[in-house]
Amino acid sequence: MGLLDKKYHDSNIIIVNLESALNWARKSSLWYEQFGLACCAIEMMATAASRYDFDRFGIIPRSSPRQADVMIVAGTVTMKMASRIHKLYEQMSEPRYVISMGSCSNCGGPYWEHGYHVLKGVDKVIPVDVYVPGCPPRPEALLEGFLKLQEKIMNETLVEKKDPAIEKE
Amino acid sequence: MLSDFGNVLLFMLYGSLFVAVALFVAKLVRPHRPNADKLSTYECGEEPIGDARIQFNNRFYIIGLMFLIFEVEILLLFPWVMVFQDLGWYAFSAMLVFVSLIFIGFIYELGKGHLKWDLPSPAVPEYQEGVGVVEKDIYIDEESYETDSDQTFK
Repeated sequence: MGLLDKKYHDSNIIIVNLESALNWARKSSLWYEQFGLACCAIEMMATAASRYDFDRFGIIPRSSPRQADVMIVAGTVTMKMASRIHKLYEQMSEPRYVISMGSCSNCGGPYWEHGYHVLKGVDKVIPVDVYVPGCPPRPEALLEGFLKLQEKIMNETLVEKKDPAIEKE
Repeated sequence: MLSDFGNVLLFMLYGSLFVAVALFVAKLVRPHRPNADKLSTYECGEEPIGDARIQFNNRFYIIGLMFLIFEVEILLLFPWVMVFQDLGWYAFSAMLVFVSLIFIGFIYELGKGHLKWDLPSPAVPEYQEGVGVVEKDIYIDEESYETDSDQTFK
C-alpha cells in the first residue's frame, strides 16, 4: 500500500507532525549493513565497540540487507565487488541510505589513477547520502557522518516534490 | 479472577493482536517499490542459481540407514574399549556377539543386493544412412534436466 509514501501534494499541520514522527523513528534506529571491504572496516568495528559506542544512537549492525536501513561502504570497492554492492543495495528494504566511508569508496583513494581494479567512487553504482573523508576516517568522523545522515533524515518529507520545470508549463 | 489458563489465553491473544497491528501499520507506512533485484533471493550479493529444493536419489536411504547402524555400533564400541580390560573375557565375548550379529546383517544385505545400484545405461542413438537418427529407448528423462532459470522473476 504505502499510504504515506510521497502521496501528498500539499503540506498541512497533520502531515508535518506525522512526518516528523516518522523521521524521528527512522533516524533513531539506523541499523547498518556490515559492509567492511578493507581497512575502514577496522575503524567501523572500533566505532561499534564500547569506546565510541554506536549503540547509543540506535545504530546496530545487521548481517542481512533485508533488515538494514543504511549501508556503510567501508573500504575499497573493486570492480568485482561493484555489481555485488549494487545488488545488495537493491535488496535493502526502503527507505535506505548509504554512507560512503573513506577515500577509496568516495573517489578511489590511493587507487584513483593507476588502480585498474578499483571503482573510482561507489557513487558510480549506488546513490550515496553521506561521504565520510579520511584514509581511514577516525571513529569520530564516522559518527559525524551518521549525525549528518540523521539531519538529512529529519528533513525528509511525505510531500511529493514538484519539479519547477514541469510546473512552468 | 482469571485462571492460569486464562492468563495464557490473554497472553496469546495480545501477542497475535500486537503482531497484526504492527504489520498493518508497517504496511501503511512503508514504501512499496518492488523490483526483480529486490525480490531475488539474498545470497550475499551473488546471483542465486537453481532451486532451493534439492532432491536426492532415494537409493541413498539404504546407505544412510546402514551408516546409522554402524555409527551406533562405533558409539557403543568406544566405552567398551575404555573398560574391556577390567571386565575381561565376558565383555569381550559380549561385544564379539554384538559385532558379529551386525556383520551377519551386513552380509545378508550384500547378498540380497540392496547395495547394488542399477546404473543407467543410456542408449546412444544410431545413425543409419538415409533413415535419419533412430532413437532407441533413451534412458535419460529429459524433463528432469530442465533448468528453472527462465521462471525466476517476471
